[in-house]
Amino acid sequence: MTEKEITVRNRAGIHARPAALIVQTAGQFESEIILKKDSEEINAKSIMGIITLGAGYNSKLTVAADGSDESDAVEAIAALFENRFEEE
Amino acid sequence: MKTFTVLDLLDLDLKEHNALDLKCIGGRPGLTREIRSADLNRPGLALNGFFDAFGNDRIQIFGRGETAFLEQLEEEGKTDAIEELFRWDIPCVLFTHSLEPTPSFYELAEESNCPILQTDLPSSEFSSRLIRALSNVFAPQETIHGVLVEVFGIGVLILGASGVGKSETALELVERGHRLVADDAVEIRCVAGNILLGQGANRALGHHMEIRGLGIINITHLFGVGAIRDTKQIQLVVELEVWDSNKIYDRIGAEERSKEFLGVKVPYLQVPVKPGRNIPIIIETAAMNERLKKMGYYSAREFNQSVLKWLESENARNVYFRQKHDIDFDTSDDAHEA
Repeated sequence: MTEKEITVRNRAGIHARPAALIVQTAGQFESEIILKKDSEEINAKSIMGIITLGAGYNSKLTVAADGSDESDAVEAIAALFENRFEEE
Repeated sequence: MKTFTVLDLLDLDLKEHNALDLKCIGGRPGLTREIRSADLNRPGLALNGFFDAFGNDRIQIFGRGETAFLEQLEEEGKTDAIEELFRWDIPCVLFTHSLEPTPSFYELAEESNCPILQTDLPSSEFSSRLIRALSNVFAPQETIHGVLVEVFGIGVLILGASGVGKSETALELVERGHRLVADDAVEIRCVAGNILLGQGANRALGHHMEIRGLGIINITHLFGVGAIRDTKQIQLVVELEVWDSNKIYDRIGAEERSKEFLGVKVPYLQVPVKPGRNIPIIIETAAMNERLKKMGYYSAREFNQSVLKWLESENARNVYFRQKHDIDFDTSDDAHEA
């Protein structure tokens, strides 16, 4: 199990496009990947789940992965957040 | 668990026989106070100055009796007990029957920034509604990855790894006239200790689904309001999984399996998926079978009962025929062995 704290840095928060990027990235890994916000845990391979998290600007999330490629998966997802999903 | 404040209580969107009809008539700065308990307190003893075992973490309800007593205190000019009441850390005070607090009570509440709420409901009715609402709020809950649909009145939670076809199955079910409750993120709550209620994790976003190749679709607009539902009790769990030829699947269904959520057991089926298997029909049938079980009829068991009965009667007939035709009566007959 690898975990990492991440912050939403793009102004618009996680709307449809960022969510799609997360799902696409998560889908490339074997591991089970979870996004956590407060008490909610969401499968990072489910687009509706990620959108319904309602993660706005500056909200803090935890990405956790469990499986053979867990550390790569966490890094890949965290990198998306750091690049602000190529948004503002 | 997020904190639940007095403002959240005012914002609770409850309909008809659940409505609380609350409004805030004073102490607005205190609306951010947290409500930590699902219980209520009638502060009769406290108003008399008795604060031992005072339920200060509860919402304080003032009905006709308490308000009449406040008026008497006002006439007599006694405010000690009221001052003491507001020195405690209480979430809010609440007047039923649209009653108004006395001027001194109002002032003291304002001073201590304690919110004063008012409802037009009678105390007893209001209490039962509030307890119902709060026990929902404070019920243990978790969010799970799955789809919740209502099929023939049975709440069916479809689970399975992503890409196995949960949403497609739900879409077909909706198309057949069943209802979608939540897609992808289902928030489940345990109410009254043994009931699991499921709803969409974010109801503000409405009923949408993601179908690979189509993208996000709005179920309400596409299929109408008849195709959706806000909350539903979870009565059956169906887990879809890719067909594994090495695995043994239940072929009879006489054995009752269950899955546990928040300490509540729900009937559970594992359905293997492979191309050409019509999963929606299987789920529809499972839901109907579940209804039959609720009525006390267990298809697989009853079937086995009739098989046993039939075998027995067959044996009995054998005995009869043999007695007639066999002259040397055979005692080691099948029927005796059975």
